[in-house]
Amino acid sequence: MSVNLDKAKLDYLREKYEVAIGLEVHAELSTKTKIFCSCTTEFGGSPNTHCCPICMGMPGTLPVLNKKVVEYGMKAGYATNCKILNFTKQDRKNYFYPDLPKGYQISQYDLPICREGYVEIDVQGRRKKIRITRIHIEEDAGKLVHDELTHRTIADYNRAGVPLIEIVTEPDLSSAEETIIFLEKLKSILQFIDVSDCKMQEGSLRADVNISIRPKGSKNLGTRTETKNLNSFKSISRAIEAEIMRQIMEVENGREIIQETRRWDDEKGVSYSMRSKEEEHDYRYFPEPDLPPVIFNEVWMERVKSSVPELPEARKKKYMKKYNLPEYDADILTSSRELSDFFEEAIGEKSRTADRKTEGRGESKTGKYENNIAEVATTVNVKAISNWIMGDLLRILKDRNIEISDVTFSPKYLAKLVTMIDKGVINANTGKKVFEKMFDSGKDPEIIVKEECLEIITDESYLLEIVKKVVEQNPKSVADYKNGKEKSFSFLMGQLMKETKGKADPQLARKYLIDVINTL
Amino acid sequence: MELYQYTIHELSRMIKLKEIGVYELTKYFLNRIKEKDSKIGAYITITEEEALKRAEEVQKGIDRGEFNSLLAGIPMALKDNICTMGIPTTCASRMLSNFVPPYNATVVEKLYQNGAVLLGKLNMDEFAMGSSTESSYFKITKNPVDPERVPGGSSGGSAAAVAAGEAVYALGSDTGGSIRQPASYCGVVGLKPTYGAVSRFGLVAYASSFDQIGPITKDVLDCAIVFNAIAGKDEFDATSSDFKHPDYAEELNNLYNRYCCENECIKSGILKGIKIGIPREFIDDGVDEDVRKAILKAAKIFESLGAECEEFSLPIMEYVIPTYYIIAFAEASSNLARYDGIKFGYRAEKFEDLMDFYKTTRSEGFGIEVKRRILLGTYVLSSGYYDAYYKKALKARTLISRDFNKAFEKYNVIMGPVTPDTAFKIGEKTDDPIKMYMGDIFTVPVNIVGLPAISIPCGKDRNNLPIGLQLIGKHFDEKTILKAAFLFEKVVLE
Ligand SMILES: [Zn+2]
Repeated sequence: MSVNLDKAKLDYLREKYEVAIGLEVHAELSTKTKIFCSCTTEFGGSPNTHCCPICMGMPGTLPVLNKKVVEYGMKAGYATNCKILNFTKQDRKNYFYPDLPKGYQISQYDLPICREGYVEIDVQGRRKKIRITRIHIEEDAGKLVHDELTHRTIADYNRAGVPLIEIVTEPDLSSAEETIIFLEKLKSILQFIDVSDCKMQEGSLRADVNISIRPKGSKNLGTRTETKNLNSFKSISRAIEAEIMRQIMEVENGREIIQETRRWDDEKGVSYSMRSKEEEHDYRYFPEPDLPPVIFNEVWMERVKSSVPELPEARKKKYMKKYNLPEYDADILTSSRELSDFFEEAIGEKSRTADRKTEGRGESKTGKYENNIAEVATTVNVKAISNWIMGDLLRILKDRNIEISDVTFSPKYLAKLVTMIDKGVINANTGKKVFEKMFDSGKDPEIIVKEECLEIITDESYLLEIVKKVVEQNPKSVADYKNGKEKSFSFLMGQLMKETKGKADPQLARKYLIDVINTL
Repeated sequence: MELYQYTIHELSRMIKLKEIGVYELTKYFLNRIKEKDSKIGAYITITEEEALKRAEEVQKGIDRGEFNSLLAGIPMALKDNICTMGIPTTCASRMLSNFVPPYNATVVEKLYQNGAVLLGKLNMDEFAMGSSTESSYFKITKNPVDPERVPGGSSGGSAAAVAAGEAVYALGSDTGGSIRQPASYCGVVGLKPTYGAVSRFGLVAYASSFDQIGPITKDVLDCAIVFNAIAGKDEFDATSSDFKHPDYAEELNNLYNRYCCENECIKSGILKGIKIGIPREFIDDGVDEDVRKAILKAAKIFESLGAECEEFSLPIMEYVIPTYYIIAFAEASSNLARYDGIKFGYRAEKFEDLMDFYKTTRSEGFGIEVKRRILLGTYVLSSGYYDAYYKKALKARTLISRDFNKAFEKYNVIMGPVTPDTAFKIGEKTDDPIKMYMGDIFTVPVNIVGLPAISIPCGKDRNNLPIGLQLIGKHFDEKTILKAAFLFEKVVLE
């Protein structure tokens, strides 16, 4: 902004206006194959290697709708409280661009899969409902890559035909902060129900932002602009702030807001007008004649609905209420579906993990151990398990740069480990060693402890023998302790632990040490 | 009789009895093409080398007993909008003049499985848009009956090749009459199957909700034999139907056995119970006198076979031409958007920027009729005009379907001429697209409703030009129209 205004003045102006923000969110679906052909949807790959004549739009080829895409769209709808009609159809959106193989995009116009839903967010301690206008399925376009060396633009169609859902909201958001909270929530929902990995850096989650302002108290929405090319939450937040202030300055300077599409330049922190309303494409939507309408039967709809897992928010509540976990723990444990499932399986919570057999991905690693849940369910120390997951487990994952899905040991083994510590079979320090061994080998902790003789030494005569040995070998420390030097006692305990390789029952050891010293 | 005059079923028997070899037969047809096609112009591409190689392979297969199809070893040709792997598929357009598909159309795969031998690719109106094959980028095809006249279109090359004996049979495509009208003009048989009966995968789209591939043959039995081979559900075409098709050729053979028995009573009652409706709008003033007479004569023949013929009124016919052309052009404008010079096909050499690249590529790559249809189609879909044109046409389409289906509650077959007139002179209608479009009036309703219809020769006009009889059936009732056409053919031959 060229105008020099102090912060107070800016804040004052900002306070004069209300902001209405609506979003068009595109999320790439994580189906194994593309929406209309059997090419892989995998990200990356050399240019134009994940393509076939169908997704390249070659003459005579026809699309065949991947049923999984419809299911994923439905799941997204169920998870965002949408209405789902039992009839949907595809339409063609016509425009020319080199990344669009057919000269039209197969999308949905007047009969989207889902409509009229909502997502609730927490803003400054208050619940707010953000209405979802619609969710529809469509195909992604390819990518144009500009080659700086040759000054040529090259088309890569690997992404062409990757399935997307577009989620359109009502203009219910009123700040950048709210928008980011909403997007975080939406992202966690989509990840949780396993329809999208929502990786912004790979472009699998993208958002266009519609913004309008109006004087506080005014009922009518102002003229809106649409801002595109937002590649991270940070750029979305910055672009919204900038656009709000741009619009305020326009109005303050007596100019009208023009309905237009703007392009955000994240490096410069400025947006530019791409095209005005008059220059908007006329997409000439019409029903896609190559694809018959999809008619859902009740059984299918029910099956899809029941495959939608409990959402993070419900799980969080459950962790706090049923298991008395602090909110901090509950937040971390529900931060991803994998982590939450892992935790639930460890504590023996009956979850819907069996439904995770999604297309192409097969059985999830954590899903395999479900049968054994019952045996640990009653006795398990939930808070301790939570601590282990939040502490050691996440630390190792981070150190080794791997995912929870790479964990090879059964979640119920973690419960076993915790129980062994609680029952005093091993001490906490040994527990850490066992955990690492369990992580590396996937072995049952009981077997590890047995194989490596790691049980706590509770044999009194054996322990007493070692205590005597330590006292004999360290007369100076014993004397110091007797002279009131508390520190020397810790040293002696340390020596004792060293002798027993940390396996001595600390309470028992302490008691014997005091006893032996006192008899001297 | 010369070899080129034989039908599929006759040649198939000769191959089986080793009276002729597949290589010899193929060579014969290749020679005949060399001899005849300079005058007819049916072929865009002749695949001589591939055909001879294929003929040897198929002969070996036949000798090993690998084929049990009547199509094994029979030389045929394809309209050039049906994709053939490794063989140019041009749609008779400059735009695709260099296009070689890396895949076969499903129908091509099916014919190959049946042992078919491909002779080449046939001329057509550019992108199947036209009724005379005059809009081809490459050449004008002449009607073998009268070289001064058009063979019809858009499958003009297919009909001309079969009529001239340059292929035993051919496949065409029918969007608004493009199989039936040229078959009628050239005096051969053409079947437009029910929408969804034959896979469209690999057929370069003109108007997707109308397009259908079908056979052009010398007689009705051949038509049934080819249709047997190409019909059926295809997982690569979502609009193809899983309807269980009967063996159409066997149905006709059974019928023939009954027809040939000495009992005159059976003969005269063989179509008993079949009700044929003739819409008055199909034989009114707009129809050539000779054509009308031929149709009424055909009605008498059907009556002699025991069928009941009756005229009825179908006033919705008034709307079929605008309805058809609005929807077809709208779909075409979108279907042809992929020809942008980026990925395949013709591309402009000189251009300033991206927009100019598109404009120049498409201006130079498409012919005038294609451009006209793209512009009109774009117009009817544009905001502000969509409701007045496209949406209204969709409503009319529903009404037309309703009225036809209502008529089929009463009749098993609807009958009329294929066209109001016979083959016209080359150049006669090129300056008057509306006149050209009006000639499609009796064929387009079949595509609008998605019905099956067959075109068979039913006499000659005063200029000795063939007249075509059109029999329209209910959805997926190809069996009835094939039977009726088959018996009609037998009576006329006697
Ligand atoms: Zn593909």
